[in-house]
Amino acid sequence: MDFLRKQIDKIKPHFEKGGKYEKFGPAFGGIETFLYVPNHTTKVGAHIRDGIDLKRVMMVVVIALLPALIFGTWNIGYQNLGEGHSFWEYFSFGGVRILPMIIISYGVGLGIEFAYAIFRGHAVNEGYLVTGLLIPLIMPIDLPLWMLTISVIFAVIIGKEAFGGTGMNILNPALIARAFALFSYAPFMSGNTVWVADSVADGVSGETVLGVLAGNKMPDTSVFDMFMGYMPGSVGETSVLMILIGAAILLFTGIASWRIMVASVIGASLTGLLFNAIGSDTNALFNFPWWQHMLVGGFAFGMVFMATDPVTAAQTTKGKWIYGFLVGVFAILIRIVNPTLPEGVMMAILLMNVFAPTIDHYVIESNVKRRKKRLQKVKA
Amino acid sequence: MSKDIRIKNGLKIKLKGGAEKNLSSVSRSKIFAIYPTDFHGTLPKMAVKVGDKVNVGETVFFAKHNDRIKFTSPVSGEIKEIVRGAKRKILSIKITADKSDTYKDFNIKSPENLSNDQVKELLLNSGCWAYIKQRPYDVIANPDDSPKSIFISAYATAPLAASLQFTLSGKEKEFQAGVDALSKLTDGKVHLSVDGNESSFFNGTKGVVIHKITGKHPAGNVGVQISKIDPVNSGDRVWVVNPQDVVAIGSLMLTGKYDPTRVIALAGSMVEHPQYYKVIEGTQISDIVNGNLKTGKARIINGNPLTGAVVGENGAIGFYDNLISVIPEGDHYDFFGWMPFVGNHKLSMSRTFFSWLTPNKEYDLDTNFNGEDRAFVITGEMEKVMPIDIYPMQLLKAAMIGDIEKMENLGIYEVAPEDFALIDFVSTSKIEAQDIIRQGLDLMIKEVG
Repeated sequence: MDFLRKQIDKIKPHFEKGGKYEKFGPAFGGIETFLYVPNHTTKVGAHIRDGIDLKRVMMVVVIALLPALIFGTWNIGYQNLGEGHSFWEYFSFGGVRILPMIIISYGVGLGIEFAYAIFRGHAVNEGYLVTGLLIPLIMPIDLPLWMLTISVIFAVIIGKEAFGGTGMNILNPALIARAFALFSYAPFMSGNTVWVADSVADGVSGETVLGVLAGNKMPDTSVFDMFMGYMPGSVGETSVLMILIGAAILLFTGIASWRIMVASVIGASLTGLLFNAIGSDTNALFNFPWWQHMLVGGFAFGMVFMATDPVTAAQTTKGKWIYGFLVGVFAILIRIVNPTLPEGVMMAILLMNVFAPTIDHYVIESNVKRRKKRLQKVKA
Repeated sequence: MSKDIRIKNGLKIKLKGGAEKNLSSVSRSKIFAIYPTDFHGTLPKMAVKVGDKVNVGETVFFAKHNDRIKFTSPVSGEIKEIVRGAKRKILSIKITADKSDTYKDFNIKSPENLSNDQVKELLLNSGCWAYIKQRPYDVIANPDDSPKSIFISAYATAPLAASLQFTLSGKEKEFQAGVDALSKLTDGKVHLSVDGNESSFFNGTKGVVIHKITGKHPAGNVGVQISKIDPVNSGDRVWVVNPQDVVAIGSLMLTGKYDPTRVIALAGSMVEHPQYYKVIEGTQISDIVNGNLKTGKARIINGNPLTGAVVGENGAIGFYDNLISVIPEGDHYDFFGWMPFVGNHKLSMSRTFFSWLTPNKEYDLDTNFNGEDRAFVITGEMEKVMPIDIYPMQLLKAAMIGDIEKMENLGIYEVAPEDFALIDFVSTSKIEAQDIIRQGLDLMIKEVG
């Protein structure tokens, strides 16, 4: 690796201040620091630092997403081809469909990130490493690539860079991409035909469990299939098992907030129980068992990978409990009572993203009040 | 009277090269130096010129904002040089030492009968006043204030911290005398925090409230203890003194002379034989570390690796420090060093390294930044190492934008930069929390006072 380092050191001066390609310094830095953690030493403050950095954090999340991605790729093939094929047949069928989406998502998104870094003269941020993989995982597999491209562009520019980049955004960029696509190209984003690749041409039924329920019928998908993910849906969302493996990685490493995940499950359970108790003759979703709500649709994926995004979630410990709880409540509430949207997870998270700062404000305010009260007591 | 306090939040950082309990002496430096930069917020006004003769305890300079606060010479000798930097800022005062010391006598006959004002005058004139720092703001105390309480933390939790039991052994009498003198300065109580896990001579101190503290760093930080015992409110003044400085004050009371000797630890993975040394304040670093460093690029730090200040071999030991740490410089590249679960020689609070498998391992950490600075992204990590009842991230943001009202509401009066040292350490985005808090405090001094 010394050779590579020497080559980099050779061309580096061109990209530094006063160099020929000074303007492209941030892009160069982005690539250089991807290859090597830089030789920066501490200048002010603590002389020793924790080994963690944002790249490492983002990579842990990417690793946590891999089980869902691998299963999802297999499931694309399984849903279209049906029983009786080998693992590789399923996997390659899915692979040729998901790979272009991943390449477009990363290519377009990172391209914009680099362009912004050069334009604004700041370092390339790592946030998109996760966003870029989340986006293909929450889109229907049949989504035309140009729609994906436009959604990514919208999400990165309006959803993130307009606010100042990673760490400054208010809404989860991946969900912005999905919301943008949903509202702009609704026929490609909902209904019974988009969740299985080539379902129309191949005459495969692509109805999701939630789609069946929205038609006021009880689904015949077994609980085992729901848990394992043998059903139509977005690529990453179907297998609760794979998502739980990802969740385990995130929780074990301490990257994601367990409070948000637990609170969202509590919120969803209570809401589901409430609607189970009310019941309905015209809406099968009321009667769908509360715990099965968490096995279908984007609930598990959303709660593990999207609601826990530290930038857009509540930031205080108490706030995380409230935020997570309300995400769970709204996800099920929107799912059950909103007739136009069969899935409420995306909306619930986006909605709570908007309210997260408000939640934090009141949590912090209680700390401020406690301090003021203490002062008054002393003065009295 | 004693109370038990358990601190839950924090992080134990175990570093290689802790000092062995072995005391050596250092040959007397030819040149001693005083660094006015050790006293944050104090601009020096010289009381002597180059060529002047000084004895131990004689004023070298005083504080521009309050000329009652004096800083005195640790040795007898001749002022050799006043080193100035940009804008003629005084960086250090160098003193050529005599062969042996002559002391200025402060003439203390019966310390127990001294009044509040007499104690104050003695401390101010002898140079001992600088040992007393105040919260809020973490600067030298204002002699016109009357503090609501005085805190002494005899529980050291920082990485590589010197054992106070060892450095102050045999100084029980001086410590008690120092405490007695300090207790005259407040109408409130003097609080002494001790290690809750073991008993030492500190437990026998009279005239203080003893608190037995247990917990990980920063449990030993006096600011953390204050927040649990008698939190600082807006307008309050609390004074804090390090135990070794209490001994120096006690020594003055018992002998009438300013006592600049102290025992310090030389520790860290770059030290060949980490151990303790008996030194005089202002001793040159090179005289202490001489021949005891391993080969390789090293960083010498006055204090511990979390809060200390970089010092060259030509510098002198810090006024408030009882530790010199020497750790390797980390100016190396790390190929794909961000890959999760790789590079387990590094310590992390997160479990993105397998180093969590070996919680008792001592680490050889260098000064590498381990990444690049970023915007705030990860939440919750700061709270894990912040035992004070504040919202650290929000306070940092308020300090960054210089919002005085917000800082006040969020508890700026209760914190010192050192309380944010672990946040420097754990921050994924490499936020320079200590620096930000210092600037916030400086703004508060300017605007609120």
